[in-house]
Amino acid sequence: MIPPTGNAALLEALAISKRFGGLSALAEVSLSIARGEIFGLIGPNGAGKTTLFNVLTGLYAPDAGEFTFDGERLTGMKPYRVAACGIARTFQNIRLFANMSALENVMVGRHVRTRAGVPGAVLRSAATRAEEREIASRAYELLDYVGIAGRAAQPAYGLAYGDQRRLEIARALATEPKLLALDEPAAGMNATERAELKRLLERIRASGVTLLLIEHDVRLVMGLCDRVAVLDYGRKIAEGAPLAVQHDPAVIEAYLGGALA
Amino acid sequence: MYLFSERWQKLRRDPRLVWAATIALALLLVALPFVTDWAVGRTWVRIAAFVLLYIMLALGLNIVVGYAGLLDLGYVAFFAVGAYFYALLASPHFDLHLPFWLLLPAGAAFACVFGVLLGAPTLRLRGDYLAIVTLGFGEIIRIFLLNLNAPINITNGPQGVNLIDPIRLGGLSLAQTHTVLGFTFPAVYNYYYLFLALAFAVIFVSVRLEDSRIGRAWAAIREDEVAAAAMGINTRDVKLLAFAMGASFGGVSGGLFAGFQGFVSPESFTILESIMILCMVVLGGMGHIPGVVLGAVLLVVLPEALRYLGPLQQVLFGRVLADPADLRLLVFGLALILVMLLRPSGLWPSALRRRELAAGGGAAADGRA
Repeated sequence: MIPPTGNAALLEALAISKRFGGLSALAEVSLSIARGEIFGLIGPNGAGKTTLFNVLTGLYAPDAGEFTFDGERLTGMKPYRVAACGIARTFQNIRLFANMSALENVMVGRHVRTRAGVPGAVLRSAATRAEEREIASRAYELLDYVGIAGRAAQPAYGLAYGDQRRLEIARALATEPKLLALDEPAAGMNATERAELKRLLERIRASGVTLLLIEHDVRLVMGLCDRVAVLDYGRKIAEGAPLAVQHDPAVIEAYLGGALA
Repeated sequence: MYLFSERWQKLRRDPRLVWAATIALALLLVALPFVTDWAVGRTWVRIAAFVLLYIMLALGLNIVVGYAGLLDLGYVAFFAVGAYFYALLASPHFDLHLPFWLLLPAGAAFACVFGVLLGAPTLRLRGDYLAIVTLGFGEIIRIFLLNLNAPINITNGPQGVNLIDPIRLGGLSLAQTHTVLGFTFPAVYNYYYLFLALAFAVIFVSVRLEDSRIGRAWAAIREDEVAAAAMGINTRDVKLLAFAMGASFGGVSGGLFAGFQGFVSPESFTILESIMILCMVVLGGMGHIPGVVLGAVLLVVLPEALRYLGPLQQVLFGRVLADPADLRLLVFGLALILVMLLRPSGLWPSALRRRELAAGGGAAADGRA
């Protein structure tokens, strides 16, 4: 299932550890994500999946360990630098700019790839006007790409739940990521919305973006991911093809408890 | 109501009407000093000039509070920095008399530096904590101005700086009466026109900034700082930029104030001034330029107009029942409370802010459940 370019790792995490007081949220987690694959991160609630996301995107600094992304060392970088390097993310609890329109939300995503500063904004030079047009048209294309172009002018908070999730994806794509990290993209979606989401994620992968997703929906993970890693109590307990992981005794124990294993 | 609003929308788009309204407004603003002087006296021309000064200040604070969502309770510090910058470099105090065209941009830049100085230590703070630190900053500046008269006399302490040079544009002194085409322009008229021009410049810059890459970045950090950072916005730089831009407007207003008054002292830059400017922004409609302008107009004019409560009582009751000085502040306070109760998002809020407050917790609950 791994595409031909699979050998070169896009993201390499080496023995990442993160503690919150006495709680070890991540204990020496290592991961390697290949270019062009869809990599799933699963595990019971509180296993450390979102913490790993937050460390990876610069929201938390890890206590130990190293990240390299596309040949660059990312460990401890500020979130905006991580985004500039090509990692974009969505949030488990949707974090849109609630009172900005859907289009403006995506336009903010273009910030990191555009230049205009105060003089450009005040003088509105030809270069700035061209850049603004590019930002708006690209944002509109992305809304269309995720299927909510008709909602462009609506404030983000007024969108249906599924549309908010799509908008978050469009906003993340606007930063031109090499890796798109999605934190539970299917949470709260019905079966139809999930099927549409699956198609959207496959299209994104086909366009050359590598995907990392945290997901609880087993069917979605099994149907979509090339490889998955399983976290439990901050440790990686399994990694591999979805089917193999599904039958791994350690994974079954983590999910169902010791008595059944 | 619906029909009315639809018709109104149509009218608003009619270019002829827009032009007519613009020309009417321009004529009104140009004729204002003459009309005011004739109708209610020269004091009110002076008040009109102060209205324009406060519009500039309120729009400066609006960048920080309205656009970037950073609560700043010490904004008057930048006004003070601009005023003293002009006062010290264009007065007999140091016997320096630098020209206005140089001092205006230099004062703006100088205030910018102070904006960054205030911004830098507050980057990690939000809401109440940020407000307290900015409050302290405002007081520190005032107390410095009050005490920097020893061992070396820099600010002349509580006496303030006197005999500040009036503003001169080229060879034209604004402090003198000029006659052009049979119209007489006393000093206060000249200052009114200069302030009017600069207020329009400040409005122009505000409008342009709001609808730009920088303006969107400010709105994004106001809405959700974590998400903004994750989308690649350098929150540190963008916040400092907001403080610096806001401060520069304050610096310009300060220089104008010093030239206009001819005298500055620390007394003019108390915490109450910061609160008043913040009230203009909040009362008018945070982040919405017409609202902020309206807020500034009302909060300068209303306290002045309430001075007539004394004469009014005389006319109505034949004698003064309550001391107008006490009554004035009481009525002013009541008016503020009423406005905030009846129009919590300001008198003239932007469509966006209105949504924000109308939806209130609902939006947050939807998005962040």
